[in-house]
Amino acid sequence: MNRILALIKKELQALWRDRQGRILLIMPVIMQLAIFSFAATLEVKNNTLAIFNLDGGGASVELIQRLGRAQAFTRVLFLHSEAELTRVVEEQEALLVVRFGADFSRGVIARQPVAIQVILDGRRSNSGQVAFGYVRQILQAWLNETPAGPPSASVAPIIVRHWFNPNLDYVRHIIPSLVAIITAISTLIVTSLSVAREREQGTFDQLLVSPLTPGMIMVGKTVPALIVATLQATIIITAGVMFFRIPFAGSWLLLYGSMVVYILALAGFGLLMSSVAATQQQAFLGVFSFLMPSVLLSGFPAPVENMPQWLQYLDWFNPLRHFIVIVKGVFLKDASLPQLWPSLWPLMVIAAITLLAANWLFRRRFG
Amino acid sequence: MRLRDRLRRLLALSHKESLQIVRDPSSQLIALVLPILLLFIFGFGINLDTARLRVGLVLEDTSPEARLFAASLFGSPYLDVRAGTSRPDMERELVAGRVRGFIVVPSDFAAHLKSAGEPAPLLVITDGAEPNTATFVENYFRNAWDHWQQQRASNQAKPGGPLVRLEPRFWYNPAAESRNYLIPGSITIIMTVIGALLTSLVIAREWERGTMEALLASPVTRGELLLSKLLPYYALGMLSLLICVAVAVFLLNVPFRGSLFALLLAGTLFMGSGLGLGLLLSTATRNQFNAAMAALNAGFLPALILSGFIYEIRSMPVVIRALTHLVPARYFVTIMQTLFQAGTIWPVLLHAMLYLVLASIFFLGLTVLKTRRRLE
Amino acid sequence: MPGAIIELEQVTRTFPRAQRPALAALTASIRPGIVTGLVGPDGAGKTTLMRLLAGLLVPTAGKTTVTGLDPVHDGTRLRQIIGYMPQKFGLYEDLSVIENLTLHADLRGVVGAERTETFQRLLGFTGLDPFQTRLAGKLSGGMKQKLGLACALLGHPQILLLDEPGVGVDPISRRELWQMVRDLVTRGLTVLWSTAYLDEAELCQQVLLLNEGQLLFAGDPAELRGRLEDRCLQVRQITGSRRALLARAVRRPEVLDGVIQGHSVRLVMRAGTSPPSAGDLQAGPGAQVVPVKPRFEDAFMDLLGGGPGGESALAQHLEERPASQETVVEAKNLTRKFGSFTAADQISFAVRRGEVFGLLGPNGAGKSTTFRMLCGLLAPTSGSAQVMGIDLKASPGRARQRLGYMAQKFSLYGSLSVRQNLQFFSGVYGLRQAGQRDAIERMVQAFKFEPLLGMNAEALPLGFKQRLALACAVMHEPDILFLDEPTSGVDPASRREFWMHINGLVAKGITIVVTTHFMEEAEYCDRLALVSRGKVIAAGTPDELKDQAASPGLPEPTMEDAFISLVQRQPGEGRP
Repeated sequence: MNRILALIKKELQALWRDRQGRILLIMPVIMQLAIFSFAATLEVKNNTLAIFNLDGGGASVELIQRLGRAQAFTRVLFLHSEAELTRVVEEQEALLVVRFGADFSRGVIARQPVAIQVILDGRRSNSGQVAFGYVRQILQAWLNETPAGPPSASVAPIIVRHWFNPNLDYVRHIIPSLVAIITAISTLIVTSLSVAREREQGTFDQLLVSPLTPGMIMVGKTVPALIVATLQATIIITAGVMFFRIPFAGSWLLLYGSMVVYILALAGFGLLMSSVAATQQQAFLGVFSFLMPSVLLSGFPAPVENMPQWLQYLDWFNPLRHFIVIVKGVFLKDASLPQLWPSLWPLMVIAAITLLAANWLFRRRFG
Repeated sequence: MRLRDRLRRLLALSHKESLQIVRDPSSQLIALVLPILLLFIFGFGINLDTARLRVGLVLEDTSPEARLFAASLFGSPYLDVRAGTSRPDMERELVAGRVRGFIVVPSDFAAHLKSAGEPAPLLVITDGAEPNTATFVENYFRNAWDHWQQQRASNQAKPGGPLVRLEPRFWYNPAAESRNYLIPGSITIIMTVIGALLTSLVIAREWERGTMEALLASPVTRGELLLSKLLPYYALGMLSLLICVAVAVFLLNVPFRGSLFALLLAGTLFMGSGLGLGLLLSTATRNQFNAAMAALNAGFLPALILSGFIYEIRSMPVVIRALTHLVPARYFVTIMQTLFQAGTIWPVLLHAMLYLVLASIFFLGLTVLKTRRRLE
Repeated sequence: MPGAIIELEQVTRTFPRAQRPALAALTASIRPGIVTGLVGPDGAGKTTLMRLLAGLLVPTAGKTTVTGLDPVHDGTRLRQIIGYMPQKFGLYEDLSVIENLTLHADLRGVVGAERTETFQRLLGFTGLDPFQTRLAGKLSGGMKQKLGLACALLGHPQILLLDEPGVGVDPISRRELWQMVRDLVTRGLTVLWSTAYLDEAELCQQVLLLNEGQLLFAGDPAELRGRLEDRCLQVRQITGSRRALLARAVRRPEVLDGVIQGHSVRLVMRAGTSPPSAGDLQAGPGAQVVPVKPRFEDAFMDLLGGGPGGESALAQHLEERPASQETVVEAKNLTRKFGSFTAADQISFAVRRGEVFGLLGPNGAGKSTTFRMLCGLLAPTSGSAQVMGIDLKASPGRARQRLGYMAQKFSLYGSLSVRQNLQFFSGVYGLRQAGQRDAIERMVQAFKFEPLLGMNAEALPLGFKQRLALACAVMHEPDILFLDEPTSGVDPASRREFWMHINGLVAKGITIVVTTHFMEEAEYCDRLALVSRGKVIAAGTPDELKDQAASPGLPEPTMEDAFISLVQRQPGEGRP
């Protein structure tokens, strides 16, 4: 026990005293907090709306005024020809063009079905769809209040509530995801890269010759990873609560308890890689090749349920995918253990499999 | 004669570099395995279109009108509807993430419709933890409602308010498929990985193994040294650009509407800035590990996040928006998305290429300045 | 100096964050047409000087001239006449022999018929002809070095700069290389050969002796040796412990330096003193004191002002182990294969308690593989390695508790301080609280670590790294100490201090197993196994091995002579 403590103490000292180690652990936290939380957004703001109005009536003017006031569009362009319309879309001057036909106002007054064409840039179809939603809301609000006639039955009295995130603020999606991503990075660095460095520098042999068993060495690498990763996660959660004002809804115990399982699952992967990689460069490439798909397929950039079914099965082995659900569940939704169990038990299984495999490989290679 | 010497040295070094690329497993990993993995992930794994959105329906009213509306929801190919009768049950499903939102048809839905001529308000609850999906849930429900209403209006031919329909037209991408712009964008990431990560690793390795020292002691000039690194990796980058485009077009069925010439020109300019960054980093660090870390932070991450390839640059805060102008990938993303979907639209391309030229001059120029024919 | 090809005037080079200059105000000149040795331990400034001459570094102060050219400003012209082989030979390991040569030929403008002719000549000269298509990374150390030399020789250089060409190369290849270099010199080439092996200095016509950036001596090595004429002697036919005798001898004020040479002890006297008699040294009734020829290393020690002297403070506190003849380390038919390559082939030997046992051989001979199998770091393909009757690979921690291990290149945690390293290693071996504090305190005393305790291990000078590595290996008072290349690269004074401690430990009954490629270091061992190409080719005491190699032409062979002749006697050693 004392020997393991000595190992853990050394690992933490080495991480802290080594400039490269410090940079490796601190840089991702700062970079990602600063860039991700502000930049990683699919919201639509500050866009340009173009209007091509062939209609001379009051209805279109009224609607255009409302569109111009929308938060999503800070600039409104008025077009005068089809050619100009084509140019504006082609050259990405506007995200969307709203085109009123010549008989729009007449149709509205006559209560005949009329259409408004909305031309969107397919190169940015996601933003286009979001912006289209805004246009629809504005149109419906206008129809509700329009003096051109009594509120029509076609106006939907739909009340929308976005739970856990009333304003659909992206930060509330990003901060919990960052907790999972940053802990993954630091766990893999501490386990896999530090073993590779010890092997490069020859100190790993020193450990193997000492009375420490491979199992003890594994514990000695895993516990510092746990400490460091938990600390970083706490920093991000604190930043989320204090700085970004995201209310922490759930149970701390549940969050940190499942975080331990998550970090163990990752440490298993890290130790597996470290028993294969002989140099830091190899370990780095290994971590990179593991982390990149794991993050991209974690449900952070795009939801897991949008993937083809076979990929979702494959993604089952991705610890990030499960933990992001847990962090979001606890942080934002106050989810209970039974509700999160479907995400927690896979983490336990992954942790058990990877740690056992790493232990077997460690014994085989170094034992 | 001097020119012939120069050319021979350049060719010899380039030949050596090519042999090393072919023989080194980590080069192969970066140049071959990673690009394919990335293309594959972006082709299948990252999909912003909610093909089948899992939503719930709480039917508190069992009247024929309410059932009719519910039935219209089940007909949608975009929705995977789970029906229930209890609101708390559905709320639990939402917290557990099994549905991304649900619509409540209140118990007085039909009664209200009869008495007031309009239905009682419908309640839509979404999972705000997934903001993009939440927006889609909202839009889908509104759409479904619109449809139902229009159908009802035309069936009953009842006079009502103005019937205004919105007709969305997605140019270049009529089905609004996100992969059509994500895959061209991901090629940018691949080129960045080859340009910055691979180049910086390879040159840092020359420093680490002492072979750079041997080269510097030979009559090789600084320009030859730099060019001999640029040419093979430029060729490799262009090769993988063409392979990626071919895979995207023929295997992943993404349309390509631009000209090959514009593609090659833009690729060349982008490789210029990417290789410049890679050379600069490796010259500055001279250590494979640090070079890789730097390439990751200065090349890969900005290309992924600040290039506008997934995330909306216009929605970023002003400071970060300004920062994106320093990311060459941003311009290459624009070029790729335009070339793939819209075609060769020169005004867009030229504007972006101008930035790429500036970025190449900046990074390559800095590399030339930083490169000494010495060890310090 | 008139006729000099290289002139150095007050050349100083400092590096940022370094405590002392890498080269301090060096003034010297180098004559053309001879081999000049750049001699000194690691960190002496040899590589820095080479790089200054090749124009790869700029001096902080002072002036360098090579054939009248300034390496910085006239770099382009200079590079046409300089052939430079950096440390580790600067070869592309994933390119074949011929591809490496072709690259350098292209760079140096050797083309057409000239290339064909040159390649033929160089490949013949280096004996690499049959290996043209082999990847450089798969060559042996000796072959790499020859290929590096061949690359440096392309394009008719006038000056050849060779940075530590002897490292990692077996003695036979080293001799072959020297022969080649002498050949080149007779054709008018000027060669600068840097080395940490002091014995190589004796082969040079001129040496620059460097230590910690200071030039200690420049000139003919024979002249330097000459200063010690009549001051070197050997005590032979000693009764009793030669280690104890050495300890007694170096405590005498007139003795400048002393080392063990097999069964004898070699002493260097201070100038103007008279040598002690065998009786003075209590060397026993049959002992003789015989004058011997001075070596370059003796001269170096003289310039440094002598060895450490005295007794090991490290061993003083140790409990004496009971003496016995039991075998504590045993290798039985140890074999290890890596793919088709057999790194260790049927190696057998036994080490008795209280013995210093050496595994001697060049890099790549298989001694490290054998050593790692003994320590349990590597599983043998067949055969067995036992320490105290158990196989360490399968052993519980308890057996390892009785071992100490000092890895190659003094593996320490570079970013931890000296104190933290001591704390960690004692902690890993289960020492704690008072026991741990006492152990650390003892190490601090014995090695004088007090002022360095807060310093990062990586910032320590090499000699102190070695001391710290030893301290970390012995804190838990092991019975058996494994040392892997314990003194490579360190200066001779540190080497002597190191062996002083080891001798002290041996006196307390601790068993030592040591690997070394340093032929002279083998003299400290009680018994040796010579390893070459994965096999033990001879075993015995150092004197026995030397006697086996003695011939009428070479009555008193050095350890290296012995090694070479024993290798050449092996069947199937039809080496060129």
